[in-house]
Amino acid sequence: MTAGKRPLSSISDGSRPVDNVGREKKPDMAETKITLTDGATARLIEIDPWTWEIPKTGRMLVPGRIFSDRQLVERASEEKALEQVANVACLPGIVDASLAMPDIHWGYGFAIGGVAAFRISDGVISPGGVGYDIACGVRLVRTNLRYTDVRNTVPALVHELSRSIPAGVGRRGRVRLSRRELDAVMTDGVPWMVNHGYGWKEDVEAIEDGGVLEGADPSLISERARERGTAQPGTLGAGNHFAEVQRVEEIFEPEAAEAFGVFEDQLVVMLHSGSRGLGHQICTEYIKITAAAAARAGIYLPDRQLACAPIESPEGRDYYAAMACGVNFARVNRQVMTHLVRESFEYILKSSAEKLGMGVVYDVSHNVAKFEEHDVGGTRMKLCVHRKGATRSFAAGHPDLPPKYRDTGQPVIIPGDMGRASYLLKGTESAMKRSFGSTCHGAGRVMGRKAARRAIPGYELKHRLESQGIIVKAGSTKSLAEEAPEAYKDVNIIVDICHHAGLSHKVARLRPLGVIKG
Amino acid sequence: MPAYEVIEHTADVGIRAYGDTEWQAFENAALGMFSLITELSGVNAEIEFPVDVQADDHETLLVDWLNELLYIFESNRVLLSRFEVTELEDSHLKGRAWGEPIDKTRHELKSDIKAVTYHMLKVKKVDDRWQTAVIFDI
Repeated sequence: MTAGKRPLSSISDGSRPVDNVGREKKPDMAETKITLTDGATARLIEIDPWTWEIPKTGRMLVPGRIFSDRQLVERASEEKALEQVANVACLPGIVDASLAMPDIHWGYGFAIGGVAAFRISDGVISPGGVGYDIACGVRLVRTNLRYTDVRNTVPALVHELSRSIPAGVGRRGRVRLSRRELDAVMTDGVPWMVNHGYGWKEDVEAIEDGGVLEGADPSLISERARERGTAQPGTLGAGNHFAEVQRVEEIFEPEAAEAFGVFEDQLVVMLHSGSRGLGHQICTEYIKITAAAAARAGIYLPDRQLACAPIESPEGRDYYAAMACGVNFARVNRQVMTHLVRESFEYILKSSAEKLGMGVVYDVSHNVAKFEEHDVGGTRMKLCVHRKGATRSFAAGHPDLPPKYRDTGQPVIIPGDMGRASYLLKGTESAMKRSFGSTCHGAGRVMGRKAARRAIPGYELKHRLESQGIIVKAGSTKSLAEEAPEAYKDVNIIVDICHHAGLSHKVARLRPLGVIKG
Repeated sequence: MPAYEVIEHTADVGIRAYGDTEWQAFENAALGMFSLITELSGVNAEIEFPVDVQADDHETLLVDWLNELLYIFESNRVLLSRFEVTELEDSHLKGRAWGEPIDKTRHELKSDIKAVTYHMLKVKKVDDRWQTAVIFDI
C-alpha cells in the first residue's frame, strides 16, 4: 500500500483515534458544500486521504483539486479559499484542474497556495494570479559552521545581521541604483549584480532560471515603479518577510542533504523577501491594463482581482515582460541581502565568507508565472504555470536544474513560522505528474492579523521566543504579534501532507535561532 | 455608526468605511487605511498633498485614490492623517491629503500595505448611507 492510499486511522495507537498526520481525529463531518461566486453549489469529493476535488460546476471549465487532508480542507471551506479555487477554474485555457497546495488559505482573487496552468493558444496570464509581490521567495545560505561550536557567537551574528539588513515598512537600502543600473538589474538579473561585486559566480546556478528570467522589457516599467524600486534592493520589507539564522535540526534524507551541502547541527541563514515596491507597482498597473483586455476579449471574471489577458495578446505579452523585470529585481534583492549576510559573518567571525563555506543552497520564487513544458494526458505541452503561494518542485533529471542537483531533484525551501521550524525539501517525479511540479510555500495562516494582535501581546511573544532560545529583532512588536507561531498552521503537518501526497520529500528540518523582522 | 471598521481576512486586512455622502465614505476609507499603518492621533496634518486620479468606475476610483495615497506615503516618507475629496465624478476624483514626515521617535509603523486589491471591492449606497469596502495586500 502506498503512503498516499493509507487509510485515515493507520497510525492510531488504539486509545484515541488520530488522523493521518497524528492529530486527534475529529468525527466524520457532514458533507462539505461550497457555494460558488455565480451562486451554484458544488460538493467536495474525497479522491484519497490527500486529494479532494470540487467537480466541474456552473462556469468552471475544469475541476478544482486540493492536495490536503480532511481537517485542513474543511478549514479552507470555512473561509472563501475553495470558492477561489473554483473561480480560477473558470478562466479560459486552464488545463487539467485548478490546483491548491496543503497550505491553501483565503487570498484575494487566487487562493494563496494556488497553482493553475494555461494553454498558450487560448489561455490567459493574470497579474492577480502572480500577486503584488512578484517573485516573493526564499533563499537558503549555508555555512560550514556547527551550532555547537559557535553557540556563543550566535547573538552577535543576529545582532550584526539586524544592523546590516534594512527591514521594516518602506525602508530604503544601502545600494542605490542609477536608471541604467536598474534597467540592467531588471533585464540581466543576478548575473549582472554578481559581475558588479555582489556575490559569487557559483551563486547564479543555485537560483531558478540561473538568476535571470529571459524576456524582461524595462521600457514597460513606469516612472513610478522605477521610483519605488531604485531605493530598495537589499531590503527585507515587513509583513511575513524575515531573515533567520537557523540550525539544521534533523536530516531525513542523508544523500539529498549531502548533495545540497547540508548536515546536522549546521548553521544556515534563510532569507524571505520579494520585489518590494517595484513589484507592487507593476502588479497594480497591469491589473488595470489586463482588466480592460479581459473585457474586450469577453472573458468572464468571477472576481475583479482575477483580471487577465490572453497570453498571446499585446497586453498578455507586455505583462509577462514587465513581470520578468519584477522577478529579476526580486532575485537581485535577495542577492544583495546574501552579500550583506556574508559581510556580517565575516565581520563577526573574522574570516572570509569563502572560508566559512557560505554558498547558496538554492533560491525559490513562490509568486510567479512561467512558461514550462509538462505532460498533459500523455502529450508534452508548453504551458503558462501560475504559482500563487506555491513553490516549484521539479524532479531529478529536469533540464532546468543545475548539474550538481540533477540526480537529486530541486531543493525546495519552505519557511515556517518563527517559533517552530522551516524545511528543506526536494522535488519529486509525482509532483511533475500531479501538480505541474509544484508544492506548498509555507505554513499558511490560520489567524487574521488583527485577531493575532488582540490575542498575543508582542512583548510577551518576544519574551516567550527568547525563553525558547530564539533571539528576536523586530522593528515593531505589534507587527511581531501578527507573525506569531500560533497565527500559522503547523508547518510540520503541511510538509508531511506534501510528503504523503508526493508533491515534495523531506530532506531537513531547520530550527530558528535568531529572527530579524521589519 | 463608526467612520470605518476593520475587515478580518486570514492573510490580509480590509477596511469597511461609511459616510453620509460617497465623498465622505472615500475619505473614511483613507482614514481606515492609514489607521492600519500607524496611530493616527500622533500624526499632525501639516503638509498638503494633492490627489487627482481617473478611472472607468467608482470602485476603481476608490482603489486608485487609496493607491495614490500609499504612493505619497512611500515616496515622500510621510504619514497622512486628514483627507478631503473635493470632486467625485463618473471617471474622475480630485482630493487632498495632509500629513507630516515620518518621525521614528514619535511614530510606530504597524503594517506594510503592499497594495489595494479588487477582491470584495464595494462602493454602494445602503439606505441613506454610503459604504465602501476594500481588502489590502499586506
